[in-house]
Amino acid sequence: MMVEMNMVQSVNNALENMLHKDSDVILFGEDIGYFGGVFRTSDGLQEKFGKHRVFDTPLSEGGIAAMAFGMGINGLRPVVEIQFADYIFPAYDQIVNEIAKVRHRSGGEFWCPVTIRTPAGGGIRGGHHHSQSPESQFTHTPGLKVVYCSTPYNSKGLLISAIESNDPVIFFEPKRCYRGPFYGDPHNVPTWKNHPEAEVPESYYKIPLGQARLAMEGSKCTVIAWGTMVHVAEQAIRNSGISCDLIDLQTLIPWDKETIVNSVKKTGRCVIVHEAPKTSGFGSEMSASIQERCFYHLESPIERVAGWDTPFPHTTEWDYMPGPPRIIAAIKKTQEE
Amino acid sequence: MPTEEREEITLHIPDAPFRPGDSPTFEEWTWNPGDLIKPELDCESDETYQHAVGLVRVLNDEGDAAGEWNPNLTFEELEEGLEHMVRLRIFDDRMLKMQRTGKLSFYMQSFGEECVAIAQTMALNEQDWIFPTYRQPGAQFVRGRSMVSMICHCIGNTEDNVKGRQMPVHYTYKDGRYISVSSPVGTQFSQAVGVALASKYKKLDEVTITWIGDGASAEGDYHYGLNFASVFKAPVILNVVNNHWAISTHYNIASGSTNFATRGLAYGIPCFRVDGNDFLALYSVTKWARERAEKGLGATHIEILTYRAGAHSSSDDPSRYRPSDEHEYWPGGDPIERLKEYLIRNFDWSEKKQEVLEKKIDEEVVAAYKEAVTYGDLANGPYPSSDTIFTEVYENVPWHLQEQWDEMKKWSVE
Repeated sequence: MMVEMNMVQSVNNALENMLHKDSDVILFGEDIGYFGGVFRTSDGLQEKFGKHRVFDTPLSEGGIAAMAFGMGINGLRPVVEIQFADYIFPAYDQIVNEIAKVRHRSGGEFWCPVTIRTPAGGGIRGGHHHSQSPESQFTHTPGLKVVYCSTPYNSKGLLISAIESNDPVIFFEPKRCYRGPFYGDPHNVPTWKNHPEAEVPESYYKIPLGQARLAMEGSKCTVIAWGTMVHVAEQAIRNSGISCDLIDLQTLIPWDKETIVNSVKKTGRCVIVHEAPKTSGFGSEMSASIQERCFYHLESPIERVAGWDTPFPHTTEWDYMPGPPRIIAAIKKTQEE
Repeated sequence: MPTEEREEITLHIPDAPFRPGDSPTFEEWTWNPGDLIKPELDCESDETYQHAVGLVRVLNDEGDAAGEWNPNLTFEELEEGLEHMVRLRIFDDRMLKMQRTGKLSFYMQSFGEECVAIAQTMALNEQDWIFPTYRQPGAQFVRGRSMVSMICHCIGNTEDNVKGRQMPVHYTYKDGRYISVSSPVGTQFSQAVGVALASKYKKLDEVTITWIGDGASAEGDYHYGLNFASVFKAPVILNVVNNHWAISTHYNIASGSTNFATRGLAYGIPCFRVDGNDFLALYSVTKWARERAEKGLGATHIEILTYRAGAHSSSDDPSRYRPSDEHEYWPGGDPIERLKEYLIRNFDWSEKKQEVLEKKIDEEVVAAYKEAVTYGDLANGPYPSSDTIFTEVYENVPWHLQEQWDEMKKWSVE
């Protein structure tokens, strides 16, 4: 049955599905048990499944990741929450050197099917420690899969795939979009009500990792985005009046080569949008890979619209986050002969 | 080789003792003022075992001071302490009200814990470094920061000294040697050891004080801090503020032990557990720790037992995870009431004088608020210039940032 859900509910529903389906799935993190998480994504799950399946940990991201590693290599399928992506760095060593590499270093004898969920991105007046979008810190780590959802529908399908993946997955949830899509206007923030992507099956379904979503179809330019920027880019495309493919990347590692390459070969033009800083952002990787594969089809240079190479500000965040005007200008620039 | 499954083996998952709907009960404190002696400054850590498992108190249940930890402060000093605590509580109330009207994005109050930073900062010398969390803003009052300046930071206006970059309550006040607050919990604890050792390297009589919450003491930084302080005999005062709750995480979940103080003993650091709502006890133990550090004898570790009477922050709703009246049952009481009671019983102080003080401070807070909003607030602006996004990222602006800065000016939403 389809039910209208916001992204808090769809994530919660995905977790509930997996707790039902697989007794090896175990949830833990800071404030996620009794309280149900500071964003409420695990609300009610401890009550439904018991404290041994859904529980609070000490405040120790490094400890959480390390425990997930240990449980993962000993046959469980831990799904852990890092309360804000900005707080993932005490766990960085465990994720990058341990979780990501144990399959390889042990000659395939051990592996670690851990999912690390973390709310990321800006637009909530969170300042530099509650707004960052650190996906490229992890796309640069061999052994990790990296997912960035954007809607209630894809958050559920992707999260189930992430949990069932036998590889470790870093799963970014754009916190700005938990309760509604964000179109770049902080004074006009809708809820998910009546949004087609908020129609979510209550039962189990998967969206395969490595598959992008064609959010809008057009002919003049390929716009690639993930997380909150998918919705901002959608608004920009509508305002631009230019016919564009909008590709919601969904999985960053491994990214959907076929969808991207086919689209860019079709349109001959490309804009990549992300809110993380531009330098060494995942847009750099996309841009380089696209020109390697589509160079003779490109009609204009690939444009990147990204956060500035600065910490994320508090009061002036709307001067930092890419908004429709910057994206429209980039799309138009690709159209110049 | 397959292992046999045994039904009786179950995962131990701790929980808070009381949840919404429960009637909280706390055991009466068995520790009294006078129970614990003052150790020699050059004591070995083992000699503080009783201080770590017990509780250093000065104010007794009747409201009088007793025992050798009594710092025998003058009326003027006590009145100053009381005034700062009242100031912080009224200031917090006003800021929470402003937060609800959108004039700031977020707020964190010190309700119930006002004593901690105020008593301890008063016990230090003015050259000493303060490395706080977001729950020690009161130290700034002791160090003379203008309230207008503090509000301007919180409401992110044009006079915010950190230029709208930080969330509210993440103060920086270098003139008062109050180091910039960071959101990731625990990081300051180990950094404080570095601050302290730099003072020692420079042969300066400076001590550094820092705090960490019971919850954040589960972070690696807490253990790094204790170990480095021990190895290098740093002139640092390392406090764990055990206020029972880290958002929804009770200290039962932060640690498998109910005592935080004793952890320092394993690192060879003298340890104390102190009644954190007892101004005199906290002042006195901090003074002892400062003197020990000054003599080159190294760090002191203090567990400050208190209770977070308010929400974690303006984004938090504690009624979802704890009985809303739990703090009223906790035996430690209210730090302001307890110092007030002591003053009334022993000095020329009265309920009437307390009311006059509260009224005076309320007027001070209202006046500061009115002045601060003339420089803007988060709801209405004006804000710091968007140029502040690009300044002070590096000492000088590199070319790639300059290019982006120029580009931003084309798009600025101001």
